[in-house]
Amino acid sequence: MSPRAVLRGITALYLVVFFGYLFGPLVVMGVTAFNSSAYPQVAPFEGFTLHWFATLAHDDELLEGLTTSVEIGICVVLLSVPLGLAGALVMQQIYARARALYYLVVVSPVLTPGVIIGISTVIFWRNLTGATGTRFLYNGMVLTVLGQSSFISAYCMLIFLARLHRFDPALEEAALDLGAGRTQVFRHIVLPFLRPAVLSAAVLAFLSSFENYNTTTFSILADKTLTTVLAGRVRQGTTPALSALAVAIILLTIAGATAYEIARRREETRQRRRAQAARRGSAQGA
Amino acid sequence: MRSAGTHWVLLLLPFAVIAALWIAATLERRGGPGFVRRNGAVVATYLLLAVGLWALVMIVLPQISMVELSFRPKLPAAQMGGPRDVYTLENYRYFLFGSTVSTAHWNVTHLHAFGLTIVASVLVAAFDFALCYPLAFYMAQSAPPRRVRLLLLLLIAPYWVNEILRAFAFRIIFATSGLLNTLLLGAGVVAQPVDFLGLDVGMYAGLSYAYLLLMVFPLYNAIESLPHSQIEAARDLGAAWWRIHLDVVMPYARPGIASGCTLVFMLTSGALAAPLVLGGPRSLWFTPIVYDRFYQAFNWPQGAAYACVLLLACVGFVLTVLRLSRLSLGQITR
Repeated sequence: MSPRAVLRGITALYLVVFFGYLFGPLVVMGVTAFNSSAYPQVAPFEGFTLHWFATLAHDDELLEGLTTSVEIGICVVLLSVPLGLAGALVMQQIYARARALYYLVVVSPVLTPGVIIGISTVIFWRNLTGATGTRFLYNGMVLTVLGQSSFISAYCMLIFLARLHRFDPALEEAALDLGAGRTQVFRHIVLPFLRPAVLSAAVLAFLSSFENYNTTTFSILADKTLTTVLAGRVRQGTTPALSALAVAIILLTIAGATAYEIARRREETRQRRRAQAARRGSAQGA
Repeated sequence: MRSAGTHWVLLLLPFAVIAALWIAATLERRGGPGFVRRNGAVVATYLLLAVGLWALVMIVLPQISMVELSFRPKLPAAQMGGPRDVYTLENYRYFLFGSTVSTAHWNVTHLHAFGLTIVASVLVAAFDFALCYPLAFYMAQSAPPRRVRLLLLLLIAPYWVNEILRAFAFRIIFATSGLLNTLLLGAGVVAQPVDFLGLDVGMYAGLSYAYLLLMVFPLYNAIESLPHSQIEAARDLGAAWWRIHLDVVMPYARPGIASGCTLVFMLTSGALAAPLVLGGPRSLWFTPIVYDRFYQAFNWPQGAAYACVLLLACVGFVLTVLRLSRLSLGQITR
């Protein structure tokens, strides 16, 4: 055998092992969702059933958690995307000496363990609302949205910064020369340029919020999200209904990811067409 | 401190800082127009309010209150603000010695859990690096573009499933009557089921699995921008394959390596789901202990102190990585 073939063989073997590790556990879990045995197991496979999916639909606690998770996710998107955008725009303008400190402050939540973000949020808001007589704000949903947004905004900011790197300031100047006001420039030049980034940031924000456990488990107080309900269930004991839920989530996210990919491609084509039209326009003008 | 006065200061502080920022921004004229003129009044207001809310109210002030709380005694509500409500080190003393007053014995359980968590997180980061480096290199330098797209998709897919359920999947495999034991018993390798969860095998497997993605991506991004010609040059000059990796690829990919290792370490040392779901009854990970301080022992000041210890360890780790790799924070959080 030639050394090249050996190398190929090793690479293939390695890829199989790697992706086996990555997907093996999920496949196992997926199979148990359809096995009629009451304990989640692959072998022996006692018979095919969809019973575990049916139990999900009648699980009120789980559905309540799901609703709360979705509500929190939407609030987090509405809060983190504008915050991250502001963070990115300020980052571009802040003068060099302050930039390092500013960067440290706004990126620190990405590197801080989630439990600590949850803990500090709860402590701060407990003190604040207790002292100012705004106890109604000391609420699991409010705290969770605030806690999650503190680091999800940083993710969004990083996405916006990457996109802003490619922004051509000449566009802005041209608009200003043509008599646009500052607010108009922001509304008609900067925001449209950032549109794809807004979409990615929103999707990332929602997913990070939806699947967050570490911060949420502290900040949710008496309320319940899907992940905290799940954590309780898994600790109590294992049932194939949980596997069924995982399968349902996987199917939903595959659908979601496909929809997102289609939206992204459409957006790309739109932008490309616009750019072409603009180029054609300027060519004719010249 | 429990008096309402100090809290009003806390509440007003952000507004004071925003006002100061505003004044500074209006006055700042160096190099071009000032902040407000450059952005227009509407956008400038939005930017300052948003960044003020985020950086101060959501990031800095909560951290400060956590550190502050960690230096307070646990008192019944009636005594708060009273003569016994003074700053103290008793919560940290408890972490070290297992008692708020005596320093006679070490708090072996908690110190052991803390040390184990840190060491295990370093090992998990190292293991993930070893596992992901070949894949990252393959994707960045030798795989055809179409396959790279497919591999990226395959890599992301498992991470759509949430952390708890991923840990649950490992539980199905490693439980006493789980898949692995069924297989081992069936093949006659063992006579009795092995308690993998009690031995923490499940927990470590789950922890290594949980954050693989955050190792692959920084590595891939860093290696991808290395011109292939450099590798070919090294090869033409007769370098052995391992020297090429050690002396050409890895030094070049330093920011990615530092970034991946930092992220994995941070997330692993702060992991809660995998230890809760996969930890045996005797296994002690530090984060569940912190959790119990809050919601089992209801001793919030002590919990805050424990959280501060964890935070310090993480800051220490980041600083060490930055020092070792001679990089700045901006280079590794990209």
